[in-house]
Amino acid sequence: MQELDTAGLGSVRVTRQSDKVVILEKDLVTEQMVLAMGPQHPSTHGVLKLECLTDGEVITEAEPCLGYLHRCFEKCCENVDYPAVVPYTDRLDYLAGMNSEFAYAITVEKLLDIEIPRRVEFIRVIVAELNRIASHLVAIGTYGIDLGAFTPFLFCFRDREIILGLLEWASGARMLYNYIWIGGLAYDVPADFLKRVREFVTYFRPKALELSNLLTENEIFVKRTWGIGIMPADVAVNYGWSGPMLRGSGVKWDLRRNDPYSIYPELDFKVPVPDGKYSIIGDCLSRHLVRAWEMDESLKIIEQCIDKMPSAEGFNSRSAIPKRIRPKAGEVYGRAENPRGELGFYIESDGKSTKPLRCKARSSCFVNLSAMKDLSKGQLIPDLVAIIGSIDIVLGEVDR
Amino acid sequence: MSSTALSQFSIPFLMGNSLNAWSEALAGFYLFGLPLGLVIIAAIPLVFIALYSLTYGVYGERKISAFMQDRLGPMEVGKWGILQTIADILKLLQKEDIVPTSADKFLFVVGPGILFVGSFLAFAVLPFSPAFIGANLNVGLFYAIGIVAIEVVGILAAGWGSNNKWSLYGAVRSVAQIVSYEIPAAIALLCGAMMAGTLDMQKINILQSGSYGFAHFYLFHSPIAWLPFLIYFIASLAEVNRAPFDIPEAESELVAGYFTEYTGMKFAVIFLAEYGSMFMVSAIISIVFLGGWNSPLPNIGSVALNDWTNGPVWGAFWIITKGFFFIFVQMWLRWTLPRLRVDQLMYLCWKVLTPFAFISFVLTAIWEICIP
Repeated sequence: MQELDTAGLGSVRVTRQSDKVVILEKDLVTEQMVLAMGPQHPSTHGVLKLECLTDGEVITEAEPCLGYLHRCFEKCCENVDYPAVVPYTDRLDYLAGMNSEFAYAITVEKLLDIEIPRRVEFIRVIVAELNRIASHLVAIGTYGIDLGAFTPFLFCFRDREIILGLLEWASGARMLYNYIWIGGLAYDVPADFLKRVREFVTYFRPKALELSNLLTENEIFVKRTWGIGIMPADVAVNYGWSGPMLRGSGVKWDLRRNDPYSIYPELDFKVPVPDGKYSIIGDCLSRHLVRAWEMDESLKIIEQCIDKMPSAEGFNSRSAIPKRIRPKAGEVYGRAENPRGELGFYIESDGKSTKPLRCKARSSCFVNLSAMKDLSKGQLIPDLVAIIGSIDIVLGEVDR
Repeated sequence: MSSTALSQFSIPFLMGNSLNAWSEALAGFYLFGLPLGLVIIAAIPLVFIALYSLTYGVYGERKISAFMQDRLGPMEVGKWGILQTIADILKLLQKEDIVPTSADKFLFVVGPGILFVGSFLAFAVLPFSPAFIGANLNVGLFYAIGIVAIEVVGILAAGWGSNNKWSLYGAVRSVAQIVSYEIPAAIALLCGAMMAGTLDMQKINILQSGSYGFAHFYLFHSPIAWLPFLIYFIASLAEVNRAPFDIPEAESELVAGYFTEYTGMKFAVIFLAEYGSMFMVSAIISIVFLGGWNSPLPNIGSVALNDWTNGPVWGAFWIITKGFFFIFVQMWLRWTLPRLRVDQLMYLCWKVLTPFAFISFVLTAIWEICIP
């Protein structure tokens, strides 16, 4: 940070329009100030620290400092059996535990090459999509808080509460589920679960509309996010972005479609990307819109799954679970579309042990956050907050 | 205070005389030729009004926000949590009073005091009823506009004295914001003063009395009177740092803005000053545009609603009701709207509100000249 060359830069506020950089404001050269934003800052979504070099309110340089929530996930995995890794994956992206478990389970199943009962797949997709909605609700709600709108946050949490209740009913836990096991599920869903899920879907549709009226269509909200933190599609791809971030930049990339797993190919859903009608493609508003649209698609997926769900007749959720997991020597990389992007697990097995030799997690938040430096240059502090919020990081996944 | 003055002040009180005797003695109390006793007598009810209004302002804020957010709000202390604010104040009193070691101690301590004083001084010229006004200045409105600006000094002292970068940002933003928004606010109030032809707060109210109730209010005085009314309302939101203009204390950006470092009673004083200002601007807008202590009800034939609902006690009721209504609108906005960015805030002030304030000023002047 200290050796940053800012000679003659002065205070420059820039924005990106299509492919060229436009200078909005240019001031005299003044003394710059190092501003530590975080790890105890309300809008860094946990314990992220941003070391900013500021000139007045304009950020000339922002460097993310990580590691405040490092819990040695990968080392822990090397010391426990394959099934015992599942609870650790919950703690990666703790807002979307089901999705993380799902990604880990399909990776190990790929390594073991085992067949999964069809009902298990449907239940997995339902809980994962429910969790995706819950996670997006947190993302949208906290984004509102970042921009000063407190009420949408509580509306989001009210609805998320219902999802957490449903998932607690199924798994026994509210956030750290340990529900999706390798080869199956911890339990079958309770008797009336699907009915309640359908009730939730019908309940949530008008609530999503309400949320969009209150937040997404709010003039001030649009003013605060429109054209802020624009990421062109090629740069986003080069950074390795994934999930709503990449789709916000206009790239139609969704692993549920592009690298299909589970029963997603049978389901009918769209991959929403901004078309530039409501926002500049790649800005904060696009990313927000993608999340809002994805909630709708998730609702569709859940409805289809409930309709197509095989009956529970003679079903045992643990029937395909191997008694002892000792994969053949080899390596595998499995990935799944998480609410925040691609969560991948690279697992290496030595063929002798019941523990993974190596288990590397490729986390979406970490990769998405790496573009912070590029995005924050020349932005105001309020815009920096808007950008961090739109990246929607979960520090549990960034630091692992 | 000199020793003779002190004895005059305290002897009747110590002798156990009645309250009346005490206040009479106080009325005769002069300090350096100034009737300080009279000032104190007038100040006591004002401070009580202000404290009550903000105590229930805080309670109202919590309940209203709870209502808007599908929550219950405070429910534990007293019935429906009605004593919650008092419990909060008691808690804040017990908190450790921390002055950061690297802070400028003088400014750090003096800042909240200036803020509090600035916010409460304006209460002196608010006519709470036809029979009661703290100080009936002939330039009351001018005084009210001017004295609020003292708050800026307090905010700057607090922000600078804290020696915290976030506080400094908050203070600088706040000064820029309040100083800017005073221009459209003052011009909008000037429209009201033009309609009245006086700056005397009590006279502004008297001029809005009449048997048709609300029809005499300056909001309906001319076809463009709603414009200065709207401008002053928006500008007053910015002046008291309320959402969507709460950028000086923008929680998600600046942690807590200029009062990040404050704890205990100093924090409470800043907090109370904020709520005091809220009531103050609400009272001013209702005095200038909505008739202050005048009843909005008209006389309908023989049913003399207006006459029945006017008078000293009714007056206090009406102005406090109107004040609380505007506080409610402020809270409603706060819990609905996101926050503007600094440059958008300045854009709104200088490129939207100020020109429109001038337009309404000119139009009001023309209206006043052409239609007597």
